[in-house]
Amino acid sequence: MNAGIDVPTIQRFGALYIASARLKSMSKWRTIIAAVDIGNPLFYLIAVGIGIGVMVEQGSGTSGTNGIKYISFIAPALLANTAITGIMDETVFPTIEGFKWRKLFFAQNSTPITGRQIAIGVYLAALFRALFAVIAYYILLLAFDVVNFGISILLVPIAVLGGGAFGALMLFAAAKIEKEDQFFNILGRLVIMPMFLFSGTFFPLTSMPVYLQPIGWISPLWHATELGRESAFDYGISTTMVVVHLVFLFTLLVIGLGLATRQFERRLSK
Amino acid sequence: MSNPLISARGLTKKFGDFTAVNAVDFDVAKGESFGLLGPNGAGKSTIMRVLAATSQRTSGTVEILGKDPELFGPLVRAHLGVVPQQDNLDGELTVTENLYIYGRYFGLSKKFIKNKIEELLEFAQLEEKRDAKVEALSGGMKRRLTIARGLVSEPDILLLDEPTTGLDPQARHILWDRLFRLKEQGVTLVLTTHFMDEAEQLCDRLVVMDKGSIMAEGSPASLIKQYSSKEVLEVRFGSDRNKEIAPQLATMCERMETLPDRILMYTEDGEKLLEEITHAGMHATTSLVRRSSLEDVFLRLTGRTLIE
Repeated sequence: MNAGIDVPTIQRFGALYIASARLKSMSKWRTIIAAVDIGNPLFYLIAVGIGIGVMVEQGSGTSGTNGIKYISFIAPALLANTAITGIMDETVFPTIEGFKWRKLFFAQNSTPITGRQIAIGVYLAALFRALFAVIAYYILLLAFDVVNFGISILLVPIAVLGGGAFGALMLFAAAKIEKEDQFFNILGRLVIMPMFLFSGTFFPLTSMPVYLQPIGWISPLWHATELGRESAFDYGISTTMVVVHLVFLFTLLVIGLGLATRQFERRLSK
Repeated sequence: MSNPLISARGLTKKFGDFTAVNAVDFDVAKGESFGLLGPNGAGKSTIMRVLAATSQRTSGTVEILGKDPELFGPLVRAHLGVVPQQDNLDGELTVTENLYIYGRYFGLSKKFIKNKIEELLEFAQLEEKRDAKVEALSGGMKRRLTIARGLVSEPDILLLDEPTTGLDPQARHILWDRLFRLKEQGVTLVLTTHFMDEAEQLCDRLVVMDKGSIMAEGSPASLIKQYSSKEVLEVRFGSDRNKEIAPQLATMCERMETLPDRILMYTEDGEKLLEEITHAGMHATTSLVRRSSLEDVFLRLTGRTLIE
């Protein structure tokens, strides 16, 4: 063999090879991805910022949002939600495709690449996609004067962290699922949508009845949103809660990735 | 066999209560073209996944290039080219992109892969399709691309699972020609097939498998010699009469198999036997004298045909 295969190097960088292959596949869809990642926030900012926001502020001023403009109040949630949906698209579909539709993972796993590296590679590429979407959104927030450039830049990594925590679980779920027919319906309607509505996105979590609040507590969106509000607008959250939010998101991420990498290995070696 | 590239002893794989592969032993020597012949469900693909260092065995030992594939998966896979039963190319990417990306999974340099791609496109007769999306290729082209992809890392062993299943006769012949070239270049081939003509064409040595076990082992010629007669006379008397007439025929040859549509009579001289049958007053509607094949070996060993 004179091809020059260097297994230790592959063991170090294999996940990056997978991520770059994923980005290559994504680049085939770049026009659509860009249209979605820019168009979506644009519509939202116009509808909510100019429409609903004006109405809310006419009704109660900014008393319900700790003195923050309504559109600014929801901006961290919109960013985190963008990261979540972006990362979901790029973990769930490629994973089901990889295991089932095209069986690409089996091709990748017939090289020195391991299941663990495939999982991490898919995840990294999804994080990159989320980062792109969040940055695009952030630039629009600046353009619409929703946030001022400065410390609010922290919203970007926080949103990606929120998306990353959720995405790690999605990566695991998509690898676990064998019959995906109902998976997307359930995911979209019973997980993503309620999470978006009940995570303190449009109003503080505490203004909901107590029995609904646990939805927010377990929702990565709520944790990322609260963190974002605090770092961008001094929302008034205690340091303890900041730590709680960070620990929650990082824990979710680590557990999700742990489960996902194990599940990838397991399903590929059946 | 001294220093086999692949060595399996007591290889067993169970899925729950089902034993897919039952204590099989075999060796593959360097430069050899080794086949696993058997019907669907014989356990061939399961063995291939174990040899490809992706599936865990239940028991037994396996060594590939002197290493246990379960303990040294990536290291073993670095030396293998794998062509799965079902093409798993990336349909959204072009022919060259597929080869390039796969080469990168072996950590190969861009320069090496670029040069290799030219060589492989020529080998797979896909030069004109280099920038075509894989989705748009015919079944035969996809198969050749999958084989080319498996060769991008210059593997020591090429594993081919049912390389020509689903292809039309012309595409099969092109593929056989390509595989023959690899064999001439000294690439060690391990292939599974349920086509006896494919096994005869491509394999130096093969094992006949059924229901997870090895029934026989040898070169195609030696297996035929050992388990069948020189010639076979196939006669048909019409589906109702075949059964009726069979007992009479049985006394006239060494061995006989009654299939639903025809009777196979094993003999050293088919023409002579046909004459004797006609003399005895039995007139076959159709008759055919042919050489014994691996199909006959399989029938002898298992009482069943390869393709059911």
